[in-house]
Amino acid sequence: MNWKKIRKNKNFIAGSILTGIMLLLILAGCFYTPYNPNTMDPSAKFAGVSLKHLMGCDNFGRDIFSRVLSGSRTTLIVAAGTVLIGVVFGILIGALTGYYGGVLDEVLMRINDAVFAFPSILLALLFISLLGSGKYHVIIALGIAFVPSFARIVRSEFIRNKNMDYVKSAKLQGAGDFRIMFVHILPNTMTVLLSAIMIGFNNAVLAEAGMSFLGIGVQPPDASLGRMLSEAQSFLFSAPMYALFPGLTIILLVLGFGLLSDGLKNE
Amino acid sequence: MKKGAAKWLLAFMLTTLAVALGGCAGDKEGESSSQITIGIPQDLEDSLDPHKAVAAGTKEVLFNLFEGLVKPTSDGDLIPAVASAYEESEGGKVYTFTLRDGVKFHDGSPVTAEDVKFSLDKCADTSNGGPLVPAFSNIESVTITDDHTVVVTLKEADTEFLAYMTTAIIPAANENPDTNPIGTGPYKYVSRSPQENFVVERFDDYWGEKANIEHVTFKICANADSIVMNLEGGSIDMFARVTATQAAELSDKFDVLEGTMNLVQALYLNNAVEPFDDVRVRQALCYAVNPQEIMDIISDGKGTELGSSMFPAFGKYYMEELNDTYQQNFDKAKELLADAGYPDGFSFTITVPSNYQPHIDTAQVLVEQFANIGVTANIQLVEWDSWLSDVYTDRNFESTVVGVDASSLTGAALLQRFTSTASNNFINYSNAAYDEAFANALASTDDAEKTKYYKECETILATDAANVYIQDLPEFVALNKNYTGYEFYPLYVQDIAKLKLVSQ
Amino acid sequence: MRYAGKKILTMCVTLFAVTLFVFLAFHMISGDPVTSMLGTQATPERAEALREELGLNDPVLVQYGRWAAGFLKGDMGTSYSYRMPVSEMIVDKLPVTITMTLMAFVWMILIAIPVGLYAAKHEGGVVDRIITVVNQIIMAVPPFFAGILITFVFGMIFRLFTPGGYVSYQVNTGKFVGYLFFPSLAIALPKAAMAIKLLRSSVISELKLDYVRTAYSRGNSKRSVLYRHVLKNAMIPVITFLGMALSDMIAGSIIIEQVFGIPGLGRILLTSISNRDYPVVMAVIVCIATLVLVVNMIVDVIYGLVDPRISVE
Repeated sequence: MNWKKIRKNKNFIAGSILTGIMLLLILAGCFYTPYNPNTMDPSAKFAGVSLKHLMGCDNFGRDIFSRVLSGSRTTLIVAAGTVLIGVVFGILIGALTGYYGGVLDEVLMRINDAVFAFPSILLALLFISLLGSGKYHVIIALGIAFVPSFARIVRSEFIRNKNMDYVKSAKLQGAGDFRIMFVHILPNTMTVLLSAIMIGFNNAVLAEAGMSFLGIGVQPPDASLGRMLSEAQSFLFSAPMYALFPGLTIILLVLGFGLLSDGLKNE
Repeated sequence: MKKGAAKWLLAFMLTTLAVALGGCAGDKEGESSSQITIGIPQDLEDSLDPHKAVAAGTKEVLFNLFEGLVKPTSDGDLIPAVASAYEESEGGKVYTFTLRDGVKFHDGSPVTAEDVKFSLDKCADTSNGGPLVPAFSNIESVTITDDHTVVVTLKEADTEFLAYMTTAIIPAANENPDTNPIGTGPYKYVSRSPQENFVVERFDDYWGEKANIEHVTFKICANADSIVMNLEGGSIDMFARVTATQAAELSDKFDVLEGTMNLVQALYLNNAVEPFDDVRVRQALCYAVNPQEIMDIISDGKGTELGSSMFPAFGKYYMEELNDTYQQNFDKAKELLADAGYPDGFSFTITVPSNYQPHIDTAQVLVEQFANIGVTANIQLVEWDSWLSDVYTDRNFESTVVGVDASSLTGAALLQRFTSTASNNFINYSNAAYDEAFANALASTDDAEKTKYYKECETILATDAANVYIQDLPEFVALNKNYTGYEFYPLYVQDIAKLKLVSQ
Repeated sequence: MRYAGKKILTMCVTLFAVTLFVFLAFHMISGDPVTSMLGTQATPERAEALREELGLNDPVLVQYGRWAAGFLKGDMGTSYSYRMPVSEMIVDKLPVTITMTLMAFVWMILIAIPVGLYAAKHEGGVVDRIITVVNQIIMAVPPFFAGILITFVFGMIFRLFTPGGYVSYQVNTGKFVGYLFFPSLAIALPKAAMAIKLLRSSVISELKLDYVRTAYSRGNSKRSVLYRHVLKNAMIPVITFLGMALSDMIAGSIIIEQVFGIPGLGRILLTSISNRDYPVVMAVIVCIATLVLVVNMIVDVIYGLVDPRISVE
């Protein structure tokens, strides 16, 4: 990528700045939050926005700002784990089926299509009912639900690449299949994959929030953005700010990654 | 081609909007026939067979559909219902019931002695692993002596047995009692829609004083915050058990009645696990807790402090003085802990069912109070289902905050579970003196003597610090000002038949 | 025809795999239906007797076989918690989910097509830029948060509807549809934003093609070129998206139901999962899955009709 091109790419710049700020804040939250996110202060029940509590307090008098920081961290960890599972297995399946084709391709892609036909939230719901709720189970459930979409992308990239000259010359030089797949072809799929990862990341953030909102994701007292929203919904009347901040955080996170992904596509 | 379709769609959406907006303007239809919509927090995800229903939320609704030979009043007395008279003989061993003339089931058929025997036998049947009503294991026989007389003979004399005769009488001919409830109560079943509503209407052939309101809809309001909006928007007229905050919000426009929930809320301790097998540790926890502070935080000071497993609705058995067994005293608590070998405190887990906010809130405050004596408590929220299987059935827990209610108006209903062999003794409490006092209470046929022994049981629970007793939760009922006549019961029921329109 | 057959076969296999999976899953998780059926009255003996009665002690595959056989005969079984036929519950709730999803779909088209076309026609203009920015933001809003915002703004501030004041279609169809007005909007908004983005870029790239210039040179008006030729071609990628969006919205309605207190399939599904009421869970999942798969098939067919380049094998 050259610098001039990037400077013209408004989406990429805006996305980087937004994501950068959010990640910095969340990173800072790992080391310091103004309050312990789980400590309750009965006297601060539903305290409004003030210098003391930047985003006010919830129904237990917990500091919302601190909880948003630690909640975003949870949400990001879940999203990252989900995408990691999706990408690793997606690359494996996509590479094998795309490169070799044949019966393996037919069988795996049928399964893949079948899973893909299912809305990922429903699929994740099923896995959760198998595994029980909790942070790590959500990662596994969403991760599995995300594999097919990555597998599809990787497969089509591998099919496109496998007959290209550079692959042929590598073969002539005696490179093994795995070497060709993962050392030669894989790096060439990176641009497409990276953009897919960004989108996957967004979908994972939204899916985690949705599941925690339904009460089957991250369990209390752990904060997560979706969980906070579902708790806040009960107090929408008395404390609308409680719902607003976690919601805005989700929007900003997703917006940042969305812009980045758009920017990458334009490269 | 696209444009025609788009215009049509646009028209459709606009119509929808008009309907949506119109729908809010005039919500109440003509009130020629009296009706009320009552919000309930949980659906009746349960059998509608009164003998098989297990959830408190189901039972409190079914109360309006079914009656036993006798039924409870709001004062806690028992009055004849399907039976017009009863007689107790042989010191509480034989109960003779005379059936009331002209009592009909909702399907129009008359109540016969066979129906009564069928209902009682069904609940005493042990072929399904145990009787549906555990106390019925004491029944020796149910015999029909003539068309109007049923005699219940017990294996052991029990002067409190009448309280279990509130067990619903159902027709032997009903093939689907699970989904088609037929009883003799003032209301009869109309329909239900899962997660949506449960509809009943007045039973016009009711033998006694008929209900005032014709149509009653129980609407499921699963979302706690929509309750206030629903009440204010007029889509529900009544909601029992609103929170203190909601009660304050509603008090201008609604009648907010205050009663008690009639349950014993406590931090129930598993007496079989370390360190709660040591009475000093349990007492230390009691000294650390201040029930008044809990009530102040979670319900603006409303509620009734409790010192043992008995609540005030029981009148003669309730001992207010037990509330003073432990006054909050951190030094004393630390001393006791040090004696017990925990000078630096310890940490334990409080398991709380996640579906009930007051218990969760209480647990949060308890954590803070225990921190004062160096004890670290961690809250673990579990689904009601897991609570039932792990805590209640498998007794695999350290401590839990719940409310225990009484299934009938007997002292035994609250106290039996703490005898060392009781199957529902989920805290594994075991105390020979307690077992003896309870056995004496059961055996005595004299009311004063019985009361004395029950009080002894309560005192033992308090001084032995079986649990950290907290309170009987306050109950707030929000009622639309167009209605009146709500009555609180010492049991977990909602009596709708007494409600009426102000204009009536 | 062979193509359709293949599709249907895939669909059946998918359903089979999913139901088997769910069934097995339910037998591995802790807690069984008996616990919630007996509640605090449970004793080991009664629990065992009930398990025997319900056939829960049989091997899992036998139970699955029994369920599948019943299902194929049209018997979805009996709910453990409600003790009523599952089919009754589904018939009661399915119209709610379908109506809401269809309304959301209509919303999406109503919003996306005019706005998308306008933005494309006026590419680079102020309005287009505003639309692009607003669009990007709306895409980032999770539907349930949109629902919460709508509840707050329209329900609480403007009092245009009573949150939680759902009316059943059996009671009053008008009010029922009226209540679904805002929930369906909440589902549709983020999808509409994505559709706008797609349509806009699709139309813009189509407008740059040679045939458009040829059409202009023949003296066709901009309007007629846009509606006669460009739109038809530009719609092809959009249709795929609309199909995917529709199946997403079916699943998304589960969450929105929760926000607006609508007792549809989603609410039933969630409570049945926590009650371990698996006959209901199975039925709801099969329902939603079938809906989604049918939608996918319809999209395939339409796709074939619209785009002559893709022949249906």
